[in-house]
Amino acid sequence: MDLGYNPMKLPVCSIRKEILLNQDDVVIRCRGLVKRYGDVTAVDGLDLEVLRGECFGLLGPNGAGKTTTTEILEGLLPADDGDVTVQGLRWGESDAELRQQLGIQLQETLLPAKLTVTEVLRLFRSFYHNGHAVQEILDTVELNEKKDAWVSKLSGGQKQRLAIGCALVSEPDILFLDEPTTGLDPQARRKVWEIVEKFKSGGKTVLLTTHYMEEAERLSDRVAIVDHGKVIALGSPRDLIGRLGGEDVVEFSVEKGVRLPDAGDLESLTGVQSVLIQDEMVRLSVAKVHLAVPALLEKLAETGAQLSMLTTHHATLEDVFVALTGRHLREA
Amino acid sequence: MKHSRHSLIELTMARLKEFWREKEIVFWVFCFPVLLSVALGLAFRGQSEVLIRVAVLDVEGAAELAKSLDEHESIDCFLLTEAESVVQLRNGDVVMLVVPGNPHSYRYDPTRTESSFARLLVDDALQRGAGRQDLLLGKDDYVEQVGSRYIDFLIPGLLGLNIMGSGMWGVGFAVVSMRAGKLLKRFLASPMRKSDFLLSFLLSRLVFLLPEVICILGAGYLIFGVEIQGSILSVLLVALVGCIAFSGLGLLCGTRIKTVEGAQGMLNLVMLPMWIFSGVFFSTKNFPEFMQPVLKFLPLTALNDAIRAIMLDGASLASTAGGLMIVVAWGVIPFFVALKIFRWN
Ligand SMILES: Nc1ncnc2c1ncn2[C@@H]1O[C@H](COP(=O)(O)OP(=O)(O)OP(=O)(O)O)[C@@H](O)[C@H]1O
Ligand SMILES: [Mg+2]
Repeated sequence: MDLGYNPMKLPVCSIRKEILLNQDDVVIRCRGLVKRYGDVTAVDGLDLEVLRGECFGLLGPNGAGKTTTTEILEGLLPADDGDVTVQGLRWGESDAELRQQLGIQLQETLLPAKLTVTEVLRLFRSFYHNGHAVQEILDTVELNEKKDAWVSKLSGGQKQRLAIGCALVSEPDILFLDEPTTGLDPQARRKVWEIVEKFKSGGKTVLLTTHYMEEAERLSDRVAIVDHGKVIALGSPRDLIGRLGGEDVVEFSVEKGVRLPDAGDLESLTGVQSVLIQDEMVRLSVAKVHLAVPALLEKLAETGAQLSMLTTHHATLEDVFVALTGRHLREA
Repeated sequence: MKHSRHSLIELTMARLKEFWREKEIVFWVFCFPVLLSVALGLAFRGQSEVLIRVAVLDVEGAAELAKSLDEHESIDCFLLTEAESVVQLRNGDVVMLVVPGNPHSYRYDPTRTESSFARLLVDDALQRGAGRQDLLLGKDDYVEQVGSRYIDFLIPGLLGLNIMGSGMWGVGFAVVSMRAGKLLKRFLASPMRKSDFLLSFLLSRLVFLLPEVICILGAGYLIFGVEIQGSILSVLLVALVGCIAFSGLGLLCGTRIKTVEGAQGMLNLVMLPMWIFSGVFFSTKNFPEFMQPVLKFLPLTALNDAIRAIMLDGASLASTAGGLMIVVAWGVIPFFVALKIFRWN
């Protein structure tokens, strides 16, 4: 199966992952993380391990606790409970050392509006002992043309690339990206992805937070699906999608007032792996869409049900999330 | 692995550039005090040039009377009807009405100093006109004391006011807007030294202090001839102490506030009373005796008193030490409190 993305990429990543899993080189580890805001439990006993050289994605809907988790790992928020180590070090003990090693892009930062791109990068560069020359970063994040423009004059995508540039300027071992492409158009998004891929190709670690499943699928070696402050599924995008049992998803609904075929009947259709009925909508996870659809149509004709909608698509992490929670990642 | 400049320098440069590129701030810091001093200097220019405005009721023979009064160097005289005179007396457009007759009668409000003065002046002029001879000869000896005009009082006050405003806004407001934009949090996520960050505010304030002082004192000298009796260096040192103090106070005001609106409210709350109670535009002596001890300990009062002592009385720096201690205390204590309770996110 081909997920439709850069075909060169997948094998490379999975090979690197194999090697690293063997070394068990864990750069970020957290156990039983809890964070409460009054009555709200933003993070509810979350465990995760990020391995050296991988891109680890935290995927979840709004309010799942991704930012809270990330900021605890970044040492910006104290946890109410749980244990965090980064590069084997702990916040509160080795902060100065850790800060030199991490590159951080926050979910929303307004960089100084009246400074130029170069000035902002130079400012951030001055905080670190080692790192790249400002010119190298301008090249990496493709802001050479804008290097003398004020931050306030940049487009959303350019601002975001500058924010990532500020995180990269220290040549960090670990890069934290919190929703780096939210609000960007597809082209700007692709540019950000290329920057992340380039960073990762140097064997560096990335912790990425997103609620775009395409982003998680394209960039991440492993994904933790987070909901209500907990990890509800963990694995490579392929594994997770594979767990649905089928490579494709068929969704349909029928005219009101007509009885649907039983779930059991649907499941016994050729090629259908599992069935999820939600209100009016039926989702079938299917292995062989070219067999399953004709079989479905035949079955519906038997029961006299009229289709009001029918779609099919390759299974994605979105489908994994729906299968696990019955909800969508982004409520439209 | 490129060498990079020290973060304190970069942070300070960033502050300076941001400040300079914000045209509104430049206006408020450099142009506004000059415009204010020009406006107030013109409104309250030397009293000798002011003419006393009186009126003569327009009846028969009034015209000559009015003409003769108008010739007096300090009197501006008008002819008014009864109805007009009522309105103008009430508004203070004229301060006294002469009703011609035998005897002339003077209509005025005796509780108004200016009116009582007008009565003496007009009566004197009329008596002389009627041929009165002075029995005793008096000789005028005008006091031309430097630094006794209103503008001389005002310029040091404006300097103090400006040092307060630019310190408080330049630090307090800037810190809060960085917090509101999560820039402080972003800095916290880097290994930036916090002491460099805070010091950069102070350094950038100090860099801009000199042009601020030159701008106000220069305008005072060039436009109104306001001179500095004491040493310029002493004025600069006092300004420096004031600048440091209000930067500390500004930092305290900005330590915990999350929104720029909140910062505006907070800064105005702290500064507005001092606009009134610290002897910027008029002397603190206008307030009742029991308030004086409190007013004396306000940072801006202490700063203004020290600047005036040096500028107007030619006092030495040492003689202002007491007041400067008050200013220093207002800077140092808030600074350390601010360090303790500062919120980065
Ligand atoms: N400072 C705060 N005070 C109170 N509640 C908070 C605070 N920060 C986060 N929360 C709550 O904690 C929960 C998790 O928030 P968090 O920002 O971690 O979510 P997220 O997964 O990053 O969401 P998004 O995709 O919208 O960025 C939410 O319910 C949020 O309302
Ligand atoms: Mg978030």
